[in-house]
Order: sequence, then structure tokens, then C-alpha cells
Amino acid sequence: MTEHFVAPPLWEWYIVWYFFLGGLAGGAYLIGTLLRLVGDPRDEGVARLAFLVAFPAMVICPLLLTLDLGRPSRFWHMLIDSRTGVPNFKYWSPMSLGAWALLFFGLFATLSFIEVVFKEGYARNAPARGIASLMSGGFGRLLMIVGAVLGLFIAGYTGVLISVSNQPVWSDTWTLGGLFLASGLSVAAATLVILARGRSDTASTEGKLSRADAFFILLELILLVAFFVTLGALASRLLAPRWLVLWALVAIGTIIPLAMTRMRSGRRGAPVLAGLLVLIGGLALRIVVIFGAQM
Amino acid sequence: MARTVAFFTDTTLCIGCKACEVACKEWNQLPGHQPTFLDSFDNTGRLDEQNWRHVQFIERGTPQGTVAWSMMSDVCKHCALASCMEVCPTNAIIRTEFDTVYIQPNVCNGCRDCIAACPYNVIGFNQDTGLAQKCTFCYDRLQQNLVPACAKACPTESIKFGDLSQMREVARTRLKVVQDQGVPNAQLYGEKEYGGLHALFLLTDKPEAYQLPRAEHAVLPSRNNVRGYLGSAVTAVLGILGAVIAFRQRGEG
Repeated sequence: MTEHFVAPPLWEWYIVWYFFLGGLAGGAYLIGTLLRLVGDPRDEGVARLAFLVAFPAMVICPLLLTLDLGRPSRFWHMLIDSRTGVPNFKYWSPMSLGAWALLFFGLFATLSFIEVVFKEGYARNAPARGIASLMSGGFGRLLMIVGAVLGLFIAGYTGVLISVSNQPVWSDTWTLGGLFLASGLSVAAATLVILARGRSDTASTEGKLSRADAFFILLELILLVAFFVTLGALASRLLAPRWLVLWALVAIGTIIPLAMTRMRSGRRGAPVLAGLLVLIGGLALRIVVIFGAQM
Repeated sequence: MARTVAFFTDTTLCIGCKACEVACKEWNQLPGHQPTFLDSFDNTGRLDEQNWRHVQFIERGTPQGTVAWSMMSDVCKHCALASCMEVCPTNAIIRTEFDTVYIQPNVCNGCRDCIAACPYNVIGFNQDTGLAQKCTFCYDRLQQNLVPACAKACPTESIKFGDLSQMREVARTRLKVVQDQGVPNAQLYGEKEYGGLHALFLLTDKPEAYQLPRAEHAVLPSRNNVRGYLGSAVTAVLGILGAVIAFRQRGEG
């Protein structure tokens, strides 16, 4: 373990929710893209739902980040050097990289959202038609793939960001990027399972989503074990009594949904319940990792 | 006039008078925190946005069974390889013409990434201004060819100021004197850490007793970039693979 004497950066609720929604937005965009690329035509309903979910989740992210700044009016300093006016880009600083990734992911999430809004018949104007036709062709697929890669980055880089510090716990493990990514994918799949109940064209995809989520949860559990192994004795800091309720929620939000998928419960509400537990677990994980290292 | 400056803080001469803390606050117009009493003589607590010098009062046992104080006036180390500067996404943290590390208050947007990066617990977040703040090495005084306020005020010359090469020389000479006087644990801190610090310290105990990471622990945040992204990339590939397998299976209904 590296021995440092570091003050907490006071990253609190805005950051917790950003990490959660970033994972949801990026994960949903990837799921939507993959459903279109490798699924069958009956999966289009859930794919559309995924793009409809990714956009609002993405829009909230920069707002949360801006509100968290000490000087919100200077949010643009993340992208532009305020002294020279030239773009600020430090690939070795995940916060700098993330600001750019969020900007570009926002562009792709917006395009896909408009496309779906048009196809669903909510907007019929000429710009929406143009975007829908752009996104429907082969070039549109390419755009979607680039958006999905950016979505993956958004879902995972947050863990790398806190690792690229000297903060005990965060900087003592390589697992946080993967852990947040796996959890983000799982949260996105769970959200889509829940919201799919509101549509009539999603029945054939629900099972696929649940199976994918089971795999994401498995990945998350493996990374959770790796997280504690890499922390070694330092893990005791995160296992203090005050955090045990949150860890219990993380356990409930992973193990129970996984078991429910395995058991293939015939009850109609079971996938929704499993999805809700995943959402609670995903949020609890971010709360305990973010607050736990700072106290 | 560009020059490479440094502090040399000789803890064996510190008497804990806190003149450095007061002079720093006076010059830099730092109001300080509300005082708290009845804790210890070290009621400053830590370096932060209001305390750019902090006299540590460290109690330690002596071979005679009594308790002795070690005092050290701590300050930003103005590292040659600065963790804060490395992560700062806005380029608010710059290296000045004096080779010091300076947070530009007109550029900083208060993201606080630097606070999580600083391995010396130096930077604090000012809730009133919304900015990250720390010692400026009295940048304005340096520009006028003046000695930083803390070094100027120190009555015992525990805090010395000068060119880096000169300070290293003074520090080595002083180390030899102190060792010859029978302080075997005396050691210099700051020659190797983070590419060489611009605040050197003569210590009489191991660095961690003064909340200073040992040389082998003086590592930069960017060390975690590759392994962090690699972990994410492997997870991404596995996640995509799992999703593809799940999505290619025949759906029900």
C-alpha cells in the first residue's frame, strides 16, 4: 500500500449521482447499440427504449458536475484554456479526458435520441427526419458504434478518475474502472427491464436483457472480490460498521438478482423486483466507495 | 527575475512560536478558521485553504521515558513533479518562473481534483471563494525580489529561503552538524521525492512521523492510468461478449 497523507476532495452527492447516471447512460447506449447490431428485429423496441433512457440520463450528468464545481460559471475551463482560448486536453488526467468524452458522448446520445423520437412519432419535423435517416443507414450504424464506445468510456472512466489520485483506497486498486463499468452495464440492463414493462413490443427481449444482466452482475461480483483483494488491510476502512448497511445493499443488489435469474421465477413481477434491487445496489456501491474513502 | 527558489525548514530550530503562520496569514490576507481551544498547542490542525504554513506539534516518547515535542513548520512542497499539477484539468495550476507551483485563482474552477492528488495534505477548498487554495510561495513577494513572509518572520531561522542549489548545500551542511551533535536519526527530506522538492526539511525522526510519505511512496497519480483503463477495457470486452451471447439467443414470445 502506498502511504500518503491526503485530504478528502469533498466529492459528495453530486458526484455519487453523476457516477450512477453516467453508468446508466453509457450502459444503456451500449445495450441499445448491441441489440440493433446482433439482436433480431423484435428487439428494436428495447433498443429504442435504451436510447430514450441514455439521453436524459446523459443530460443530467454535466449539470451535476457543474453544480459540484466551486465556481460553476467556469465549467468551460474543463474544455478551453481560459487564458489562451485553445482547447484543454490532458490525456493523462481522467477528469480532462472525461470532460471531452462526455461532450462527444452527449452528441451521439442526442442524435440517437432524436432518431428514436422521430421513429416513435413524437416529432415529425424536417431536422428530426434528417437525423433519423442519417442514423438509419450504414453510416448511422458506425456513428452508433462510436457512441457506444464513448458510452463504455463514460460508464467506466469515473472509477479510473478516482484511482488516478493519491487518495488511500481509491489509488490502491486497479479495479474501480472495471467495477463501475460492470455495475453501470448492470444498472442499465435493470432499468431497461423495468421500463420495458411499459411497452408492448418488448416481451421477446426481456429474457435477453435479464440474461445479459446476470452476466454483468457476475462480472461485477468478480471485480468486487478483486477490489477487496487488492486493497488488502486497507479494506477494513470500508468495512467499518457505518458502511455495513450499504455493503449489505450491494450484496442484495447483486446476489439476489443473480439468483433470481438462475431460478427463472415464473412470477411476472420477479424481473422488475430484481431490477429494482440492482438499481439500489448500484447506487449503494457508489455511495460506499465515494464516501467511504473520504471519511 | 527568473530563479529556482526553495525553502529549507530545519525542524531542530523550530520553537513552535507560529510566527510563520501569522506572517503568512497577514501577508496573504487569510482570515483563518474560527479558533478552537483546549485541544492541543497544535490547534491549527493541518495545512488547508486558510493555513498555508502549519506548525506541527508532534509528541513522541524519549528513551528516558518522558515525552518530547518535535516541531515542524509544514508548507507546500512545490514538487518538481507535482501531483496536483498533473491532474488539474483546467491548467489552473502552473509552474512559475521561480519553479514554484501556483494555483491561478482566475482559472481554477473548484473541481478539487488537486486535493485528492496532493500526497502532502496541502491544498484546501475555500467554500467562500469556491477555489482550491494553498501556499503561493509568496509569488507576489518573489516578483518584487522579497523573501516569503514566513521565512522573513521566523525568529530562529528554522525557515530558510534561497536558491534551490544553495538551500540543498545549507541543508547538507546542517545535517552533518546535527548528526555530529549526536542526533543519529537526523535526515534530510525532499532531495529525492517527486523529482526534488522546493521545500526541504531536516527531520529528527522518520518522515512518516511528520506526515511525509517515504521516498518509495512518493508516486504520482498517473501511475494508475494504465492499469485502471486496462481493467476497464477487459471488463468492457467481457461485458460486450456477454451481451452479444445473451442478445443472439432466441427471444421468448
